[in-house]
Amino acid sequence: METKIATDKLRVSFGDLTVLKDVTINVEKNTITGFMGPSGSGKSTLISVINRMIDFENNVKIGGDATIDGRSILGDNINPIELRRRVGTVFAVPIPLPRSIFENIAYGPRLKGVTDRTSLHHIAEECLKKAFLWDEVKDRLSTSALKLSGGQQQRLCLARTLALKPEIILLDEPCSGLDPISTAKIEDALSELKSGYTIILVSNNTKQIARISDFSAFFYLGELIEYNTTDKVFTTPSESKTEDYIQGKFG
Amino acid sequence: MRINPRITNSVVRWLLNAQAYFTVGILIVIIAIIFVKGFPQVNFAFILSFPQDMGRHGGIFPAIVGTIQLALLSILLATPLGVGTAIFLTEYTRESAFTKLIRFGVESLAGIPSILYGLFGFIFFVIKLKMGWSLLAGVLTLTIMILPTIIRTSEEAIRSVPRQLRIVSYSLSASKWETIKKVVLPAAMPGILTGIMLSIGRAVGETAAIIFTMGSSLRLPLSLMDSGRTMAVHFYILAREGISMEKAYGTAVVLVLSILFINIIAYYIMNKTIARYS
Repeated sequence: METKIATDKLRVSFGDLTVLKDVTINVEKNTITGFMGPSGSGKSTLISVINRMIDFENNVKIGGDATIDGRSILGDNINPIELRRRVGTVFAVPIPLPRSIFENIAYGPRLKGVTDRTSLHHIAEECLKKAFLWDEVKDRLSTSALKLSGGQQQRLCLARTLALKPEIILLDEPCSGLDPISTAKIEDALSELKSGYTIILVSNNTKQIARISDFSAFFYLGELIEYNTTDKVFTTPSESKTEDYIQGKFG
Repeated sequence: MRINPRITNSVVRWLLNAQAYFTVGILIVIIAIIFVKGFPQVNFAFILSFPQDMGRHGGIFPAIVGTIQLALLSILLATPLGVGTAIFLTEYTRESAFTKLIRFGVESLAGIPSILYGLFGFIFFVIKLKMGWSLLAGVLTLTIMILPTIIRTSEEAIRSVPRQLRIVSYSLSASKWETIKKVVLPAAMPGILTGIMLSIGRAVGETAAIIFTMGSSLRLPLSLMDSGRTMAVHFYILAREGISMEKAYGTAVVLVLSILFINIIAYYIMNKTIARYS
Protein backbone atom coordinates (compact mmCIF):
# COMPACT_ATOMS: atom_id res chain seq x y z
CA MET A 1 0.00 0.00 0.00
CA GLU A 2 1.11 3.47 -0.85
CA THR A 3 -0.20 6.62 0.78
CA LYS A 4 -1.64 9.12 -1.70
CA ILE A 5 -3.18 11.77 0.51
CA ALA A 6 -2.19 12.47 4.09
CA THR A 7 -3.10 15.04 6.67
CA ASP A 8 -1.11 15.80 9.77
CA LYS A 9 -2.98 17.41 12.67
CA LEU A 10 -5.10 19.32 10.19
CA ARG A 11 -7.08 22.02 11.92
CA VAL A 12 -9.60 24.25 10.16
CA SER A 13 -11.67 27.03 11.67
CA PHE A 14 -14.17 29.45 10.23
CA GLY A 15 -13.94 32.52 12.44
CA ASP A 16 -14.32 31.23 16.00
CA LEU A 17 -15.79 27.91 14.97
CA THR A 18 -13.35 25.02 14.69
CA VAL A 19 -14.73 22.48 12.24
CA LEU A 20 -11.74 20.14 11.93
CA LYS A 21 -9.79 19.27 15.06
CA ASP A 22 -6.30 17.89 14.49
CA VAL A 23 -7.27 15.30 11.94
CA THR A 24 -4.50 12.92 10.93
CA ILE A 25 -5.36 10.42 8.23
CA ASN A 26 -3.57 8.57 5.41
CA VAL A 27 -5.59 7.76 2.33
CA GLU A 28 -4.19 4.87 0.29
CA LYS A 29 -3.59 5.07 -3.43
CA ASN A 30 -6.07 3.46 -5.83
CA THR A 31 -8.70 2.71 -3.25
CA ILE A 32 -12.10 4.04 -2.42
CA THR A 33 -12.12 5.62 1.01
CA GLY A 34 -15.49 6.43 2.52
CA PHE A 35 -15.89 9.43 4.78
CA MET A 36 -19.01 9.22 6.90
CA GLY A 37 -20.44 11.11 9.81
CA PRO A 38 -23.42 13.27 10.70
CA SER A 39 -23.63 16.75 9.21
CA GLY A 40 -21.25 19.14 10.89
CA SER A 41 -18.67 16.42 11.38
CA GLY A 42 -16.16 18.17 9.10
CA LYS A 43 -15.94 15.61 6.29
CA SER A 44 -16.83 18.07 3.53
CA THR A 45 -14.42 20.63 4.97
CA LEU A 46 -11.64 18.04 4.82
CA ILE A 47 -12.42 17.50 1.14
CA SER A 48 -12.39 21.23 0.43
CA VAL A 49 -8.87 21.39 1.86
CA ILE A 50 -7.68 18.64 -0.45
CA ASN A 51 -8.98 20.40 -3.58
CA ARG A 52 -8.29 23.85 -2.12
CA MET A 53 -11.86 24.93 -2.83
CA ILE A 54 -11.68 26.19 0.74
CA ASP A 55 -9.85 29.17 -0.75
CA PHE A 56 -13.25 30.59 -1.70
CA GLU A 57 -14.53 30.70 1.88
CA ASN A 58 -14.09 33.73 4.10
CA ASN A 59 -12.33 33.88 7.46
CA VAL A 60 -10.65 30.49 7.19
CA LYS A 61 -7.73 29.51 9.39
CA ILE A 62 -5.85 26.33 8.58
CA GLY A 63 -3.31 24.64 10.84
CA GLY A 64 -1.30 21.43 10.50
CA ASP A 65 -0.54 20.06 7.06
CA ALA A 66 -2.06 18.18 4.15
CA THR A 67 0.03 16.37 1.54
CA ILE A 68 -0.42 14.60 -1.77
CA ASP A 69 2.37 12.17 -2.67
CA GLY A 70 4.23 13.45 0.36
CA ARG A 71 4.27 17.08 -0.75
CA SER A 72 2.34 19.77 1.07
CA ILE A 73 -0.59 21.29 -0.81
CA LEU A 74 -1.21 24.15 1.59
CA GLY A 75 1.71 26.49 0.97
CA ASP A 76 1.46 29.72 -0.99
CA ASN A 77 3.79 28.22 -3.59
CA ILE A 78 1.08 25.73 -4.59
CA ASN A 79 -0.94 26.77 -7.63
CA PRO A 80 -4.53 25.78 -6.79
CA ILE A 81 -5.41 25.66 -10.50
CA GLU A 82 -2.78 22.99 -11.18
CA LEU A 83 -3.81 21.20 -8.01
CA ARG A 84 -7.43 21.03 -9.17
CA ARG A 85 -6.28 19.29 -12.36
CA ARG A 86 -4.89 16.52 -10.15
CA VAL A 87 -7.81 16.55 -7.73
CA GLY A 88 -11.21 16.38 -9.40
CA THR A 89 -14.42 17.06 -7.53
CA VAL A 90 -18.01 15.94 -7.92
CA PHE A 91 -20.49 17.89 -5.82
CA ALA A 92 -23.68 16.82 -4.07
CA VAL A 93 -26.01 18.57 -6.48
CA PRO A 94 -25.19 17.92 -10.15
CA ILE A 95 -24.53 21.31 -11.72
CA PRO A 96 -23.95 21.05 -15.47
CA LEU A 97 -22.59 24.18 -17.06
CA PRO A 98 -25.29 25.76 -19.24
CA ARG A 99 -24.00 24.36 -22.52
CA SER A 100 -23.98 21.08 -24.44
CA ILE A 101 -22.99 17.67 -23.07
CA PHE A 102 -19.87 17.74 -25.21
CA GLU A 103 -18.90 21.25 -24.15
CA ASN A 104 -19.31 20.31 -20.49
CA ILE A 105 -16.70 17.61 -20.85
CA ALA A 106 -14.47 19.71 -23.09
CA TYR A 107 -14.43 22.54 -20.54
CA GLY A 108 -11.50 21.26 -18.47
CA PRO A 109 -9.35 19.97 -21.37
CA ARG A 110 -9.87 23.23 -23.28
CA LEU A 111 -8.53 25.15 -20.28
CA LYS A 112 -5.45 22.95 -20.43
CA GLY A 113 -5.01 23.93 -24.06
CA VAL A 114 -6.54 20.93 -25.85
CA THR A 115 -8.43 22.52 -28.72
CA ASP A 116 -8.68 20.16 -31.68
CA ARG A 117 -12.03 18.49 -31.97
CA THR A 118 -10.85 14.95 -32.59
CA SER A 119 -8.86 14.87 -29.36
CA LEU A 120 -11.75 16.41 -27.50
CA HIS A 121 -14.12 13.84 -28.97
CA HIS A 122 -11.79 11.05 -27.89
CA ILE A 123 -11.71 12.45 -24.38
CA ALA A 124 -15.48 12.83 -24.31
CA GLU A 125 -16.09 9.27 -25.46
CA GLU A 126 -13.55 7.79 -23.07
CA CYS A 127 -14.81 9.75 -20.05
CA LEU A 128 -18.49 9.18 -20.79
CA LYS A 129 -17.81 5.45 -21.07
CA LYS A 130 -15.98 5.44 -17.75
CA ALA A 131 -18.91 7.24 -16.15
CA PHE A 132 -21.37 4.70 -17.62
CA LEU A 133 -23.18 7.41 -19.56
CA TRP A 134 -21.92 6.95 -23.12
CA ASP A 135 -24.66 4.63 -24.35
CA GLU A 136 -27.37 7.00 -23.19
CA VAL A 137 -25.98 10.15 -24.78
CA LYS A 138 -23.72 9.14 -27.65
CA ASP A 139 -26.25 10.29 -30.25
CA ARG A 140 -26.92 13.67 -28.70
CA LEU A 141 -23.62 15.09 -27.48
CA SER A 142 -24.54 18.50 -28.82
CA THR A 143 -27.81 18.82 -26.90
CA SER A 144 -27.98 20.84 -23.73
CA ALA A 145 -26.66 19.14 -20.62
CA LEU A 146 -29.55 20.72 -18.75
CA LYS A 147 -31.95 18.39 -20.59
CA LEU A 148 -30.49 15.28 -18.95
CA SER A 149 -32.13 13.68 -15.93
CA GLY A 150 -30.65 14.23 -12.47
CA GLY A 151 -28.90 10.87 -12.44
CA GLN A 152 -27.48 11.42 -15.92
CA GLN A 153 -26.34 14.90 -14.96
CA GLN A 154 -24.42 13.53 -12.00
CA ARG A 155 -22.68 10.96 -14.23
CA LEU A 156 -21.93 13.78 -16.66
CA CYS A 157 -20.33 15.68 -13.77
CA LEU A 158 -18.24 12.59 -13.03
CA ALA A 159 -17.22 12.31 -16.71
CA ARG A 160 -16.41 16.02 -16.75
CA THR A 161 -14.14 15.54 -13.74
CA LEU A 162 -12.46 12.53 -15.38
CA ALA A 163 -11.70 14.68 -18.42
CA LEU A 164 -9.22 16.62 -16.29
CA LYS A 165 -7.24 13.36 -16.05
CA PRO A 166 -7.00 13.68 -12.28
CA GLU A 167 -5.16 11.37 -9.91
CA ILE A 168 -7.71 11.87 -7.17
CA ILE A 169 -11.50 12.12 -7.32
CA LEU A 170 -13.42 13.62 -4.43
CA LEU A 171 -17.14 12.99 -4.32
CA ASP A 172 -19.15 15.01 -1.83
CA GLU A 173 -22.38 13.06 -1.25
CA PRO A 174 -22.76 12.50 -4.99
CA CYS A 175 -25.87 10.37 -4.66
CA SER A 176 -27.78 12.35 -2.05
CA GLY A 177 -30.39 13.50 -4.55
CA LEU A 178 -30.50 10.41 -6.78
CA ASP A 179 -32.82 7.45 -7.11
CA PRO A 180 -31.55 3.90 -6.33
CA ILE A 181 -30.96 3.01 -9.99
CA SER A 182 -28.87 6.12 -10.70
CA THR A 183 -27.05 5.54 -7.42
CA ALA A 184 -26.20 2.00 -8.47
CA LYS A 185 -24.80 3.25 -11.78
CA ILE A 186 -22.54 5.74 -10.02
CA GLU A 187 -21.39 3.05 -7.60
CA ASP A 188 -20.61 0.67 -10.47
CA ALA A 189 -18.63 3.39 -12.20
CA LEU A 190 -16.65 4.18 -9.07
CA SER A 191 -15.82 0.52 -8.44
CA GLU A 192 -14.39 0.26 -11.95
CA LEU A 193 -12.51 3.53 -11.63
CA LYS A 194 -10.64 2.80 -8.43
CA SER A 195 -7.88 0.85 -10.17
CA GLY A 196 -6.74 4.09 -11.78
CA TYR A 197 -7.74 6.74 -9.27
CA THR A 198 -7.66 7.44 -5.58
CA ILE A 199 -11.26 8.08 -4.65
CA ILE A 200 -12.72 9.71 -1.57
CA LEU A 201 -16.45 9.27 -1.20
CA VAL A 202 -18.25 11.41 1.33
CA SER A 203 -21.63 9.98 2.12
CA ASN A 204 -24.33 10.00 4.74
CA ASN A 205 -25.41 6.67 3.43
CA THR A 206 -23.46 4.14 5.51
CA LYS A 207 -24.75 1.26 3.39
CA GLN A 208 -23.22 2.85 0.32
CA ILE A 209 -19.87 3.20 2.08
CA ALA A 210 -20.08 -0.42 3.22
CA ARG A 211 -20.88 -1.55 -0.34
CA ILE A 212 -18.11 0.07 -2.29
CA SER A 213 -15.36 1.50 -0.11
CA ASP A 214 -12.15 -0.27 0.89
CA PHE A 215 -11.47 1.98 3.87
CA SER A 216 -13.92 3.84 6.02
CA ALA A 217 -13.44 6.86 8.20
CA PHE A 218 -15.96 8.02 10.75
CA PHE A 219 -15.97 11.69 11.70
CA TYR A 220 -17.83 13.29 14.54
CA LEU A 221 -17.85 17.00 15.45
CA GLY A 222 -14.63 17.67 13.60
CA GLU A 223 -12.70 14.72 14.93
CA LEU A 224 -11.66 11.52 13.22
CA ILE A 225 -13.17 8.91 15.53
CA GLU A 226 -12.30 5.73 13.69
CA TYR A 227 -10.44 4.80 10.53
CA ASN A 228 -9.80 1.30 9.28
CA THR A 229 -10.65 -1.11 6.52
CA THR A 230 -14.34 -1.05 5.74
CA ASP A 231 -14.67 -4.65 6.89
CA LYS A 232 -13.27 -3.85 10.30
CA VAL A 233 -15.22 -0.65 10.75
CA PHE A 234 -18.51 -2.26 9.86
CA THR A 235 -18.06 -5.63 11.65
CA THR A 236 -15.97 -4.86 14.69
CA PRO A 237 -15.75 -1.13 15.24
CA SER A 238 -13.48 -0.20 18.11
CA GLU A 239 -15.44 2.88 19.17
CA SER A 240 -18.98 2.72 20.49
CA LYS A 241 -19.80 6.01 18.70
CA THR A 242 -18.97 4.40 15.37
CA GLU A 243 -21.14 1.42 16.14
CA ASP A 244 -24.06 3.63 17.18
CA TYR A 245 -23.74 5.68 14.00
CA ILE A 246 -23.56 2.66 11.71
CA GLN A 247 -26.57 1.14 13.39
CA GLY A 248 -28.47 4.39 12.88
CA LYS A 249 -28.83 5.28 16.55
CA PHE A 250 -27.96 8.88 15.72
CA GLY A 251 -27.12 10.82 12.64
CA MET B 1 -69.84 42.44 4.19
CA ARG B 2 -67.55 40.02 2.45
CA ILE B 3 -67.41 40.16 -1.31
CA ASN B 4 -67.61 36.83 -3.08
CA PRO B 5 -64.03 35.85 -4.06
CA ARG B 6 -65.26 34.85 -7.49
CA ILE B 7 -66.46 38.39 -8.10
CA THR B 8 -63.24 40.04 -6.86
CA ASN B 9 -61.34 37.55 -8.95
CA SER B 10 -63.11 38.45 -12.15
CA VAL B 11 -62.96 42.18 -11.39
CA VAL B 12 -59.21 42.00 -10.79
CA ARG B 13 -58.72 39.95 -13.91
CA TRP B 14 -60.75 42.43 -15.95
CA LEU B 15 -58.79 45.38 -14.48
CA LEU B 16 -55.40 43.80 -15.18
CA ASN B 17 -56.48 42.99 -18.72
CA ALA B 18 -57.69 46.55 -19.22
CA GLN B 19 -54.38 47.93 -17.97
CA ALA B 20 -52.37 45.76 -20.32
CA TYR B 21 -54.54 46.66 -23.31
CA PHE B 22 -54.40 50.34 -22.36
CA THR B 23 -50.60 50.32 -22.29
CA VAL B 24 -50.30 48.57 -25.61
CA GLY B 25 -53.07 50.75 -26.98
CA ILE B 26 -51.19 53.97 -26.26
CA LEU B 27 -48.14 52.59 -28.01
CA ILE B 28 -50.19 51.63 -31.04
CA VAL B 29 -51.91 55.04 -31.21
CA ILE B 30 -48.56 56.87 -31.08
CA ILE B 31 -47.04 54.70 -33.78
CA ALA B 32 -50.22 54.94 -35.88
CA ILE B 33 -50.24 58.75 -35.78
CA ILE B 34 -46.58 58.92 -36.71
CA PHE B 35 -47.05 56.47 -39.56
CA VAL B 36 -50.21 58.04 -40.93
CA LYS B 37 -48.62 61.48 -40.97
CA GLY B 38 -45.11 60.47 -41.92
CA PHE B 39 -45.24 57.38 -44.06
CA PRO B 40 -46.19 59.14 -47.32
CA GLN B 41 -42.87 61.02 -47.02
CA VAL B 42 -40.77 57.92 -46.74
CA ASN B 43 -39.19 56.44 -49.84
CA PHE B 44 -35.69 55.60 -51.01
CA ALA B 45 -35.04 59.16 -52.09
CA PHE B 46 -36.01 60.45 -48.65
CA ILE B 47 -33.58 58.06 -47.00
CA LEU B 48 -30.72 58.46 -49.45
CA SER B 49 -30.75 62.12 -50.42
CA PHE B 50 -29.51 65.27 -48.76
CA PRO B 51 -31.86 67.82 -47.23
CA GLN B 52 -32.44 71.08 -49.08
CA ASP B 53 -33.56 74.44 -47.82
CA MET B 54 -33.06 73.60 -44.09
CA GLY B 55 -34.85 70.30 -44.53
CA ARG B 56 -37.98 71.72 -46.12
CA HIS B 57 -37.27 69.54 -49.14
CA GLY B 58 -35.11 66.56 -49.89
CA GLY B 59 -34.15 63.69 -47.61
CA ILE B 60 -32.46 63.00 -44.32
CA PHE B 61 -29.39 61.01 -45.32
CA PRO B 62 -26.89 62.96 -43.15
CA ALA B 63 -29.17 62.63 -40.11
CA ILE B 64 -29.39 58.87 -40.57
CA VAL B 65 -25.62 58.59 -40.89
CA GLY B 66 -25.16 60.91 -37.89
CA THR B 67 -27.51 58.81 -35.78
CA ILE B 68 -25.72 55.59 -36.64
CA GLN B 69 -22.28 57.09 -36.01
CA LEU B 70 -23.27 58.59 -32.70
CA ALA B 71 -25.13 55.56 -31.35
CA LEU B 72 -22.56 53.05 -32.55
CA LEU B 73 -19.51 54.92 -31.26
CA SER B 74 -21.09 55.67 -27.87
CA ILE B 75 -22.12 52.05 -27.42
CA LEU B 76 -18.67 50.84 -28.47
CA LEU B 77 -17.12 53.13 -25.86
CA ALA B 78 -19.68 52.68 -23.09
CA THR B 79 -20.10 48.90 -23.28
CA PRO B 80 -16.54 47.84 -22.39
CA LEU B 81 -16.32 50.60 -19.78
CA GLY B 82 -19.69 49.77 -18.26
CA VAL B 83 -19.41 45.99 -18.35
CA GLY B 84 -15.85 46.26 -17.02
CA THR B 85 -17.04 48.40 -14.12
CA ALA B 86 -19.84 45.94 -13.42
CA ILE B 87 -17.39 43.00 -13.42
CA PHE B 88 -15.10 44.92 -11.08
CA LEU B 89 -17.96 45.76 -8.72
CA THR B 90 -19.37 42.24 -8.59
CA GLU B 91 -16.33 39.98 -8.91
CA TYR B 92 -13.26 41.81 -7.77
CA THR B 93 -14.39 43.76 -4.72
CA ARG B 94 -16.08 42.99 -1.47
CA GLU B 95 -18.92 45.24 -0.36
CA SER B 96 -17.17 48.21 1.19
CA ALA B 97 -17.54 51.94 1.60
CA PHE B 98 -15.71 52.29 -1.70
CA THR B 99 -18.10 50.10 -3.72
CA LYS B 100 -21.06 51.76 -2.03
CA LEU B 101 -19.65 55.13 -3.11
CA ILE B 102 -19.22 53.94 -6.70
CA ARG B 103 -22.71 52.48 -6.72
CA PHE B 104 -24.16 55.66 -5.23
CA GLY B 105 -22.38 57.67 -7.90
CA VAL B 106 -23.76 55.43 -10.63
CA GLU B 107 -27.30 55.70 -9.29
CA SER B 108 -27.02 59.48 -9.09
CA LEU B 109 -25.62 59.74 -12.61
CA ALA B 110 -28.55 57.68 -13.90
CA GLY B 111 -30.99 60.18 -12.44
CA ILE B 112 -29.49 63.35 -13.94
CA PRO B 113 -31.60 64.94 -16.70
CA SER B 114 -29.95 64.71 -20.10
CA ILE B 115 -29.84 68.48 -20.57
CA LEU B 116 -27.33 68.65 -17.71
CA TYR B 117 -25.12 66.14 -19.50
CA GLY B 118 -25.48 68.38 -22.52
CA LEU B 119 -24.38 71.43 -20.54
CA PHE B 120 -21.46 69.56 -19.05
CA GLY B 121 -20.42 68.30 -22.47
CA PHE B 122 -20.70 71.81 -23.88
CA ILE B 123 -18.57 73.38 -21.14
CA PHE B 124 -16.02 70.58 -20.87
CA PHE B 125 -15.65 68.94 -24.29
CA VAL B 126 -16.81 71.70 -26.64
CA ILE B 127 -15.28 74.72 -24.90
CA LYS B 128 -12.59 73.57 -22.45
CA LEU B 129 -11.09 70.80 -24.57
CA LYS B 130 -11.73 72.90 -27.71
CA MET B 131 -13.49 70.12 -29.58
CA GLY B 132 -16.12 72.49 -30.86
CA TRP B 133 -19.53 71.15 -31.86
CA SER B 134 -18.42 67.78 -33.06
CA LEU B 135 -19.29 64.13 -33.36
CA LEU B 136 -16.50 63.44 -30.84
CA ALA B 137 -17.97 65.77 -28.20
CA GLY B 138 -21.41 64.23 -28.79
CA VAL B 139 -20.10 60.68 -28.52
CA LEU B 140 -18.18 61.39 -25.30
CA THR B 141 -21.16 63.13 -23.71
CA LEU B 142 -23.54 60.37 -24.70
CA THR B 143 -21.10 57.73 -23.46
CA ILE B 144 -21.09 59.31 -20.01
CA MET B 145 -24.85 59.55 -20.16
CA ILE B 146 -25.57 55.90 -20.99
CA LEU B 147 -22.79 54.48 -18.83
CA PRO B 148 -24.91 54.27 -15.64
CA THR B 149 -27.61 52.25 -17.42
CA ILE B 150 -25.09 49.77 -18.77
CA ILE B 151 -23.32 49.45 -15.42
CA ARG B 152 -26.54 48.90 -13.50
CA THR B 153 -28.12 46.36 -15.84
CA SER B 154 -24.81 44.49 -16.30
CA GLU B 155 -24.19 44.40 -12.56
CA GLU B 156 -27.67 43.06 -11.98
CA ALA B 157 -27.21 40.41 -14.66
CA ILE B 158 -23.77 39.31 -13.42
CA ARG B 159 -24.95 39.18 -9.83
CA SER B 160 -27.81 36.87 -10.74
CA VAL B 161 -25.49 34.19 -12.15
CA PRO B 162 -25.60 31.40 -9.51
CA ARG B 163 -22.50 31.09 -7.32
CA GLN B 164 -22.54 27.32 -7.87
CA LEU B 165 -21.71 27.75 -11.56
CA ARG B 166 -18.57 29.66 -10.59
CA ILE B 167 -17.64 27.02 -8.01
CA VAL B 168 -18.03 24.28 -10.62
CA SER B 169 -15.85 26.22 -13.04
CA TYR B 170 -13.14 26.69 -10.42
CA SER B 171 -13.28 23.00 -9.55
CA LEU B 172 -12.62 22.22 -13.21
CA SER B 173 -9.34 24.13 -12.93
CA ALA B 174 -10.50 27.45 -14.34
CA SER B 175 -8.95 30.65 -13.08
CA LYS B 176 -11.07 33.58 -11.97
CA TRP B 177 -10.84 35.39 -15.30
CA GLU B 178 -11.50 32.19 -17.28
CA THR B 179 -14.57 31.63 -15.13
CA ILE B 180 -15.81 35.16 -15.74
CA LYS B 181 -15.13 34.93 -19.47
CA LYS B 182 -16.49 31.44 -20.11
CA VAL B 183 -19.26 31.03 -17.56
CA VAL B 184 -20.33 34.28 -15.93
CA LEU B 185 -20.47 36.61 -18.93
CA PRO B 186 -22.29 34.17 -21.27
CA ALA B 187 -24.87 33.49 -18.55
CA ALA B 188 -25.28 37.21 -17.94
CA MET B 189 -25.35 38.09 -21.65
CA PRO B 190 -29.14 38.44 -22.07
CA GLY B 191 -29.25 40.94 -19.20
CA ILE B 192 -26.23 42.84 -20.47
CA LEU B 193 -27.74 43.02 -23.97
CA THR B 194 -30.96 44.40 -22.51
CA GLY B 195 -28.96 47.22 -20.97
CA ILE B 196 -27.18 47.88 -24.25
CA MET B 197 -30.51 47.96 -26.10
CA LEU B 198 -31.97 50.44 -23.63
CA SER B 199 -28.87 52.56 -24.10
CA ILE B 200 -29.10 52.48 -27.88
CA GLY B 201 -32.69 53.61 -27.53
CA ARG B 202 -31.58 56.50 -25.34
CA ALA B 203 -28.77 57.43 -27.72
CA VAL B 204 -31.00 57.37 -30.77
CA GLY B 205 -33.79 59.32 -29.11
CA GLU B 206 -31.68 61.94 -27.34
CA THR B 207 -31.89 65.58 -28.43
CA ALA B 208 -30.97 68.02 -25.65
CA ALA B 209 -27.54 66.62 -24.85
CA ILE B 210 -26.70 66.32 -28.54
CA ILE B 211 -27.66 69.79 -29.72
CA PHE B 212 -25.31 71.21 -27.08
CA THR B 213 -22.35 69.02 -28.00
CA MET B 214 -22.65 67.76 -31.56
CA GLY B 215 -24.44 70.80 -32.83
CA SER B 216 -26.99 70.54 -35.59
CA SER B 217 -25.12 70.84 -38.87
CA LEU B 218 -26.97 69.42 -41.84
CA ARG B 219 -23.78 68.32 -43.55
CA LEU B 220 -22.61 64.73 -43.53
CA PRO B 221 -20.15 64.23 -40.64
CA LEU B 222 -17.01 62.83 -42.27
CA SER B 223 -14.64 63.05 -39.34
CA LEU B 224 -14.87 62.96 -35.55
CA MET B 225 -14.40 66.72 -35.47
CA ASP B 226 -17.36 67.46 -37.77
CA SER B 227 -20.66 68.69 -36.44
CA GLY B 228 -23.79 66.83 -37.45
CA ARG B 229 -27.31 66.06 -36.40
CA THR B 230 -29.22 62.95 -35.52
CA MET B 231 -32.71 62.08 -36.67
CA ALA B 232 -34.15 63.05 -33.30
CA VAL B 233 -32.45 66.46 -33.46
CA HIS B 234 -33.57 66.88 -37.08
CA PHE B 235 -37.13 66.10 -36.07
CA TYR B 236 -36.94 68.53 -33.18
CA ILE B 237 -35.63 71.39 -35.31
CA LEU B 238 -38.05 70.79 -38.19
CA ALA B 239 -41.00 70.76 -35.81
CA ARG B 240 -39.83 73.42 -33.39
CA GLU B 241 -38.93 75.96 -36.03
CA GLY B 242 -41.96 75.15 -38.12
CA ILE B 243 -39.85 74.22 -41.12
CA SER B 244 -41.85 71.22 -42.27
CA MET B 245 -44.13 69.02 -40.19
CA GLU B 246 -44.42 66.51 -43.05
CA LYS B 247 -40.66 66.01 -43.19
CA ALA B 248 -40.55 65.91 -39.38
CA TYR B 249 -43.03 63.03 -39.30
CA GLY B 250 -41.20 61.31 -42.13
CA THR B 251 -38.04 61.48 -40.04
CA ALA B 252 -39.96 60.09 -37.07
CA VAL B 253 -41.09 57.10 -39.13
CA VAL B 254 -37.51 56.29 -40.10
CA LEU B 255 -36.48 56.74 -36.47
CA VAL B 256 -39.15 54.36 -35.18
CA LEU B 257 -38.35 51.81 -37.87
CA SER B 258 -34.65 51.90 -37.06
CA ILE B 259 -35.32 51.36 -33.36
CA LEU B 260 -37.51 48.41 -34.31
CA PHE B 261 -34.74 47.08 -36.54
CA ILE B 262 -32.14 47.41 -33.77
CA ASN B 263 -34.44 45.56 -31.37
CA ILE B 264 -34.96 42.71 -33.82
CA ILE B 265 -31.21 42.31 -34.30
CA ALA B 266 -30.61 42.44 -30.55
CA TYR B 267 -33.24 39.76 -29.93
CA TYR B 268 -31.65 37.63 -32.63
CA ILE B 269 -28.24 37.89 -30.96
CA MET B 270 -29.80 37.23 -27.58
CA ASN B 271 -31.54 34.09 -28.77
CA LYS B 272 -28.31 32.89 -30.35
CA THR B 273 -26.41 33.25 -27.06
CA ILE B 274 -29.23 31.69 -25.08
CA ALA B 275 -29.35 28.75 -27.48
CA ARG B 276 -25.60 28.30 -27.29
CA TYR B 277 -25.35 28.57 -23.52
CA SER B 278 -28.23 26.51 -22.22
